[in-house]
Amino acid sequence: MFRDWSGSKAGAINVIGSTSVMPFAEMLAQEFNGRAPAYEAHVQGGGSTVGVQATLDGIADVGMCSRSLKSDEAQTLNPIAIAYDGLAIVVHPTNPVDNLTRTQVRQMFAGEITNWKEVGGPDMPIRLIVREESSGTREAFMTLIMGKSRVSRKAINQDSNGAIKEIVKDDPNAIGFMSLGLVTGELKSLKIDGVVPSHDNVMNKTYPLVRPFLFITKGPPTDHAKPFIEYVLSPHAQEVLEKEGLVRVR
Amino acid sequence: MSVAAQTTASLDGRLAGSDLASRSRFDFERLIGAVLMLLAFSALTGLTVITAFIFKEGLPIIAKIGFGRFIFSSEWYPLEKPPAFGIFPMIVGSLAVTLGAMVIGVVFGLGCAILLTQFCSPRVVSIIKPAIELLAGIPSVVYGFIGVAILVPAIRDHLGGPGLSVLACSIVLGIMCLPTVTSISVDALQSVPRTYAEGSIALGATEWQTTYMVMLRAARPGIVAAVILGMGRAVGETMAVIMVAGNTLDIPRSILDPVRTLTSNIALEMGYAHGDHRKALFATGVVLFVIIMVLNSIALAVSRRRAGRKVLAK
Repeated sequence: MFRDWSGSKAGAINVIGSTSVMPFAEMLAQEFNGRAPAYEAHVQGGGSTVGVQATLDGIADVGMCSRSLKSDEAQTLNPIAIAYDGLAIVVHPTNPVDNLTRTQVRQMFAGEITNWKEVGGPDMPIRLIVREESSGTREAFMTLIMGKSRVSRKAINQDSNGAIKEIVKDDPNAIGFMSLGLVTGELKSLKIDGVVPSHDNVMNKTYPLVRPFLFITKGPPTDHAKPFIEYVLSPHAQEVLEKEGLVRVR
Repeated sequence: MSVAAQTTASLDGRLAGSDLASRSRFDFERLIGAVLMLLAFSALTGLTVITAFIFKEGLPIIAKIGFGRFIFSSEWYPLEKPPAFGIFPMIVGSLAVTLGAMVIGVVFGLGCAILLTQFCSPRVVSIIKPAIELLAGIPSVVYGFIGVAILVPAIRDHLGGPGLSVLACSIVLGIMCLPTVTSISVDALQSVPRTYAEGSIALGATEWQTTYMVMLRAARPGIVAAVILGMGRAVGETMAVIMVAGNTLDIPRSILDPVRTLTSNIALEMGYAHGDHRKALFATGVVLFVIIMVLNSIALAVSRRRAGRKVLAK
């Protein structure tokens, strides 16, 4: 009668965490479950930090994380990279700016550059759209771009990749960041340090903003979670991920 | 005759006359009384448990940070080391959107209440009043979605700013609290004795003069209660606010600036917060709780005064 959410009992592999990894994991879970495995994969979102926490607490058999583990997390958790993803810096399609350096991006999000004309664009204010604090995408952005700088207090906070897309595609002044795998034609993703955020450039790591998509387990994977993890790393599943815009690990 | 009554009647017939009958019936009544009492108190228990819990979780961290720093500092960096927890911008944000919502809610809600009670036929009332009350049944996420899809782009294109703003938030909340403001104001205006209006008309006042100088004045405590309950609704709303407010950490300087409220701060960060961060969100809840309790107490006090006055009038 009630669905089993505990994860410890037989029947389900609970996969919990990053909303950036979730759409891909869901797609793979659907195929995996279609093969009538002994344990079905159930995918839930929540954010990378939720994924880490749920794995530590034993609620998730497999956590999803869209950033590298922090040093204290890495001591107890076992990360398995399932793909690489570029972090795209996105603007409205009519924005004439094509290229930014990492420093410029940092200065913009720190609130030091506040007008598009300072980076060769029109005389318009820059509107920053960022993810909420728990987001793995935000965490990756902080590590790859911001370093020790704080994000400007004026930045608008949204709680999903979808909400970022919704705002940036309608607002000519906006700039945001999101998973490259989820960027569609309604948005323009900028060159960073002159490098186009393309699949190839993510693969050969010339594009500077690359982060891993991780599955995490507490210790070695449990016997019932193992088949799903192995499936995700199989050549077929890796091909599916690649088709969806990510970069394969194998 | 209803089933219950029948049963009682047949029970009465069978047991009539014996001592046992009256005692067992007495016990049965007491049992029912006790069960109902238990149910009533379980609702109260809910309130008590919630109150005790958020205060237990929230107060220690307020003491640790310092009351003044928690309330009046604008630094909210929960994940930094060391973290900073200051909710001043959220308090300002909540107050700003509530004030905006009340301007809209009161103008439209009170206007509607005056129309419904003073200036239109019962037929029209029977259409408008249920329609307004129906607004209360629309889920808040739907308000938020309409806000994002229609209101936000309209504000960005015509008034400037990011669109996600105090203004968008106020409009959405204003519409959301219309049913509360309208229906309580209607009740207040309807409970003014007819003789007041008749007397005023007899003295030669016009209908508008009667409404403005007699009816509104007599119904004032009820209308104040309506406004305050509407405010409580606006302060507490979360889902629609997250969607249209923009959730920045900065204190808004104009109605076109984005804003973060107390409720959206909790809902945005609750999912993953742990340790002191989680406690600080409970502390945010404590502040919200106090604000809403104060508003409700004022509303209660004002409407009690009104009830007292009605007794005197009789």
